[in-house]
Amino acid sequence: MSFLIDSSIMITSQICFFGFGWLFFMRQLFKDYEVRQYVVQVIFSVTFAFSCTMFELIIFEILGVLNSILSIEQLISRVGVIGVTLMALLSGFGAVNCPYTYMSYFLRNVTDTDIIALERRLLQTMDMIISKKKRMAMARRTMFQKGEVQNKPSGFWGMIKSVTASAPGSENLTLIQQEVDALEELSRQLFLETVDLYATKERIEYSKTFKGKYFNFLGYFFSIYCVWKIFMATINIVFDRVGKTDPVTRGIEITVNYLGIQFDVKFWSQHISFILVGIIIVTSIRGLLITLTKFFYAISSSKSSNVIVLLLAQIMGMYFVSSVLLIRMSMPLEYRTIITEVLGELQFNFYHRWFDVIFLVSALSSILFLYLAHKQAPEKHMAP
Amino acid sequence: MASLDRVKVLVLGDSGVGKSSLVHLLCQNQVLGNPSWTVGCSVDVRVHDYKEGTPEEKTYYIELWDVGGSVGSASSVKSTRTVFYNSVNGIILVHDLTNKKSSQNLYRWSLEVLNRDSVPTGVLVMNGDYDQEKFADNQIPLLVIGTKLDQIHETKRHEVLTRTAFLAEDFNAEEINLDCTNPRYLAAGSSNAVKLSRFFDKVIEMRYFLRDGNQIPGFPDRKRFWGGTFKNLHYD
Repeated sequence: MSFLIDSSIMITSQICFFGFGWLFFMRQLFKDYEVRQYVVQVIFSVTFAFSCTMFELIIFEILGVLNSILSIEQLISRVGVIGVTLMALLSGFGAVNCPYTYMSYFLRNVTDTDIIALERRLLQTMDMIISKKKRMAMARRTMFQKGEVQNKPSGFWGMIKSVTASAPGSENLTLIQQEVDALEELSRQLFLETVDLYATKERIEYSKTFKGKYFNFLGYFFSIYCVWKIFMATINIVFDRVGKTDPVTRGIEITVNYLGIQFDVKFWSQHISFILVGIIIVTSIRGLLITLTKFFYAISSSKSSNVIVLLLAQIMGMYFVSSVLLIRMSMPLEYRTIITEVLGELQFNFYHRWFDVIFLVSALSSILFLYLAHKQAPEKHMAP
Repeated sequence: MASLDRVKVLVLGDSGVGKSSLVHLLCQNQVLGNPSWTVGCSVDVRVHDYKEGTPEEKTYYIELWDVGGSVGSASSVKSTRTVFYNSVNGIILVHDLTNKKSSQNLYRWSLEVLNRDSVPTGVLVMNGDYDQEKFADNQIPLLVIGTKLDQIHETKRHEVLTRTAFLAEDFNAEEINLDCTNPRYLAAGSSNAVKLSRFFDKVIEMRYFLRDGNQIPGFPDRKRFWGGTFKNLHYD
């Protein structure tokens, strides 16, 4: 009987997640493109549904609702390594990039005159390209009218002829074509720089609004948190220590022992863990979907959209699986047993250590990278 | 060379519909061998004989500005694109016949260009709704071109062509459907070539002759297109 209830709950929730994934795909990701192959959409939704199921297992376990029947150890351990590496890389980069983006201290000063000057240069370059192309078009037309058709000389005598005499018109054309190619490359560069300036200007304007100021404030807090995390990761590696107790139990310990407040530990720890883990899950799903969407908009096009979406679905799956592995560390002891049961005898300590190492490496290289990028950019624009 | 007058025509449409191939075909009468992403804007020039075959024949340069990108681009990209929309004399809207979304996005593309003057800060506000009034007042000639015709199966062709006919009607524009990898669609004397030639003639007319207040000789266009201007010309 309980089996029936369990499986019906599972199935309904699977259908809900599948539906949500489908809607997300249609409304958000693919709103500018046409869905040619529905297989892609189905695969994306199925991956999303399975990923959310993992989280569901944790929640239900804390609530004591479900009796788990799944065990997928081997697969999880392999997927887990890749996923944890990916998560650590992303976290490291995110931990550094987030304060950099939110805090306005780092914004370069861009004035309207800069933008107008750059636009003028861009239009001048376009005009130069146009005048050269006009010459080429006219030259081609006169050659065509005079009957000098540009076909490749064929045969033996043709080859000899092409070595000795070549139409003066065609030589000119190749020369101009080279100049045009160089100018077109220049126009592309100028275009990209102008886009960059506009983006910076928008960020400056955004930082002056209330929302912008709020995020700026958060940015300061967040940067402190990130620095702390990097510090802790270093300590963990240097002193070879793995987090044994989770924040919830520690918090409760502190309150009970030092503040002397007495309350029903068991009851509260269950609820607080539930809320905490719930928040982590929801924010990480939301954060991932938003990041995926932004990334997708930036790099996809109508040709490659299918491939990219599938790739992102795979990344999403791996990310969720490894989140579950790492969430385990935030949960009290009695709830960990269920994850251990479902995911099998995995070396959890290994994952935590691996996460710390990759996180540190990623954070440090992001700092270096952003420092170089920031240094290099002002020199480009301020040069006369 | 530079003594010929110039006319500027924008070529707009979603990523990957075939604008670069189309422009290459129009200007160099050759098929583009290696299409690649257009970053920013690429320009090409076509030499056009206005009123070919009549005593008033004159040669013009038509600049085809092929602007890359998609309607869903970041607002910084859109703000940069507006710099290309200055003093436009004609617009060619390109859509992919195998992709319905690209046809729908044409409304947003045309609004992006027609609304550029009303947003000095460079931040575009678009609700994407089709507004008949905007197109009725519009003075810039439009042409709708559908690409990848060869990829439409025979049985579906009628349905697709009906849909595009409605689209062209909405824009008060002529339409041409072709395949950019096959020059025979624009062979001299074909109906497509005639439509193209008429479009360019119209663009040149609007640019050089309407401003002088001269009467426009009988144009076989629907009355709706001229809207208000038709009344002005009538009392000559």
